[in-house]
Amino acid sequence: MGKRVGLEVTVAVAEAVALCRIDMAGVYPITPQSHIAEHLSNLVADGKLDAEFVTVESEHSAMSAVIGAAAAGARVYTATSSQGLMLMHELLPIASAMRLPITMAIANRAVSGPLNILNDHSDIMPQRDAGWIAVFAENGQEAVDLSIAAFKIAEHKDVMLPVSVNIDGFQLTHMVEPVIMPSQEEVDAFLPPFVPHATLHPSRPVTMGAFSMSDYFTEIMKAKDEAIKNSKKVILEVWDDWGRQFGRNYKPVETYLAEDADILMLTMGSMGETAKIAIDELRGKGVKAGLIKLRLWRPFPFAELAAVLKNAAQLIVTDRAVSFGGPGGPVFSEIKSALFAQANRPAIYNYIIGLGGRDVAVSDFVGMFETVRADKAKAKADTYEFWGVRE
Amino acid sequence: MNIVENFDLFAPRLINKKELFSCGHRACSGCAEVLSVRLMCKALGDNTVVASATGCMEIVSSMFPTTAWRIPWIHVAFENAAAVASGVEAGLKALRKKGKIDDRYIKVVGMAGDGGTMDIGIQALSGAMERGHDMIYVCFDNEAYMNTGIQRSSGTPMGASTTTAPAGKASSGQKTWKKNMPEIMVAHEIPYVATVCPSYPLDFIRKFEKARSIEGPSYIHCFSVCPTGWRSPSETAVSMGRLAVETGVFPLFEVENGHYRMSADMPKKLKPLRSYFKPQGRFRHLTDAEIDAIQERVTAEFNKLTQKAKFL
Amino acid sequence: MALKTWKELPIGCVVFEPGSASEYHTGSWRSQRPVWDDAKCIKCGICYVFCPEGCVQQGEDGFFKADMNYCKGCGICAHECWPRAIKMVEEG
Repeated sequence: MGKRVGLEVTVAVAEAVALCRIDMAGVYPITPQSHIAEHLSNLVADGKLDAEFVTVESEHSAMSAVIGAAAAGARVYTATSSQGLMLMHELLPIASAMRLPITMAIANRAVSGPLNILNDHSDIMPQRDAGWIAVFAENGQEAVDLSIAAFKIAEHKDVMLPVSVNIDGFQLTHMVEPVIMPSQEEVDAFLPPFVPHATLHPSRPVTMGAFSMSDYFTEIMKAKDEAIKNSKKVILEVWDDWGRQFGRNYKPVETYLAEDADILMLTMGSMGETAKIAIDELRGKGVKAGLIKLRLWRPFPFAELAAVLKNAAQLIVTDRAVSFGGPGGPVFSEIKSALFAQANRPAIYNYIIGLGGRDVAVSDFVGMFETVRADKAKAKADTYEFWGVRE
Repeated sequence: MNIVENFDLFAPRLINKKELFSCGHRACSGCAEVLSVRLMCKALGDNTVVASATGCMEIVSSMFPTTAWRIPWIHVAFENAAAVASGVEAGLKALRKKGKIDDRYIKVVGMAGDGGTMDIGIQALSGAMERGHDMIYVCFDNEAYMNTGIQRSSGTPMGASTTTAPAGKASSGQKTWKKNMPEIMVAHEIPYVATVCPSYPLDFIRKFEKARSIEGPSYIHCFSVCPTGWRSPSETAVSMGRLAVETGVFPLFEVENGHYRMSADMPKKLKPLRSYFKPQGRFRHLTDAEIDAIQERVTAEFNKLTQKAKFL
Repeated sequence: MALKTWKELPIGCVVFEPGSASEYHTGSWRSQRPVWDDAKCIKCGICYVFCPEGCVQQGEDGFFKADMNYCKGCGICAHECWPRAIKMVEEG
């Protein structure tokens, strides 16, 4: 049986990764990810984790090295944040095209400039179309559970795709939280050994990463798109397996008091917990407010989202990143297009919040609800606003 | 002809017959770089995994859905061949240690051109060498970005005309001296650094075999004549490499644990640089004075190197 | 060879047939071909060693020949042949 312990979330994640018996990790330090790398290297140094820990000279090489090791047939792990993820960007679509099951933690942090080390989602959003499965954790327990499940999803024979587990930098990574750590026996029972689809080994020489002209490129892109779309079935299965074994259930879209809500708010990541408190407060005043937590960002859960939105009159989408010169925040434009074909869609409002670590208090969430509720004429529907910006 | 007489007379008897790099590759006619790749495979044998950078050799060998490679091969991107190779090495090491793969010894090789090594890939290479991975890194140096159309790199020699440092009324081509990549690798204090040229196949193969036998990182800098980019006749690709060595433009040497040794193939007296420049279109615009200035530098560099071989 | 559909592609576009590039015949690029004069050949194998295509092979009789399916006609073999046993002749 697992036991309940108080751990910093990065340490808990590193412990969880070690329980997955990785063969190799390639990590480069960056705040606020570094504690994951540090704790993993401690586990290797203490002989508690039998893995090659490669201290690369950049995030670009971190991703390159885990690609190489995964291609050799190893179970691999890396973690990064912000600028590090931007430096890896070139390699992300290559990893997914090669169908290498890499698990990566992203300690979400604002992208420069100006330089800022604090939390928002401007690092993950530019990676949207890289062909990686992307999930978001709301608290330490979720970060642990989703990290272990990520290996099983990534390595499933019908998936074979890389997965990013997004953990809000500082707000989540550096919190000391009570976490139930599964035991080694439990993880061994949950996670089967990695069986690669091909390996770089002389016993069967293969070529990986071959060059393609226009005669095959379209087919290769189509195959990759189908692969990530089809991964949803496996994601649901694996999370169900997790729920059966550990009693904690995960869904692509989760809700709080949403069934009868007139007005809904959508969050991703750790801010869901603060938004919940705001909703409780509003419910106490008789406002039918509810929450949608988007856990699965890619593949995008269209059907699940449509199902929870069918009754609400208003929807507030919060974004932790800006699409400069675009139609609104990246989550907002995604939700809008997801609901476009729906006859009874809610009026959608977009607030860009929590940039570069800016605190978003319960009162801010209440304020967003109140502002939208007051907009009877829907004058602000379909627009976006930087919440709390000094004018 | 002395090369033939001395060393290569019965070469095929001494060389691994197995072709681990197949016919049907799309390299230009007379490409000495692909010849080098072929000879490298022969020297290293089956139990080798290659991580290649983007470049000529990648494009010509891996036209999906086919491959010229008969050994395991991976390509990821341009600047990261050394990092990918280091990951392959770490992965195989972990799997072998845990008994998840058979116990044979596999040598991992990272390879790239001069641009992929000296320019965009130098960070990943420096990191992989410094970390001490058990791998060979090979730079196939044809002295410009040939795959993209003969643009200058830091490996392009002084005076050569390329498409981004062309000779013109106000320019004599490349304005900078070639980056001394082998010395940069020597400064990493890795166990083995060597220069090779496929025009000297036995020296070439011996050095690859030595690199294979050394545990830890080794670096091989391979001079690879490019008839297309150098505007020289395809049949002279091998003799041009020989001239580069005989003029001291590209000396053959090795540095084992810091000790320099000139190759036996090095002539006692260097030929004049002109004999090497003359047949190449890329140097055709150079004036006598310009060639003399380059000759001075080549001689000085060569003397520096022979001094190291004497005393280090 | 019929092009594969997206459903038929191997996972990750891994190529499982080593050396399959030999399906492609580069011999059509050639404008001149090497011709061996076996009377002059000393069977040293220089032509075999220096062929960038790896298409020169030694026969049972010890003499060398290029596989014309692949020979690109670069002329290195003829240029390097010490006893001058190889001549390049224009393709007809």
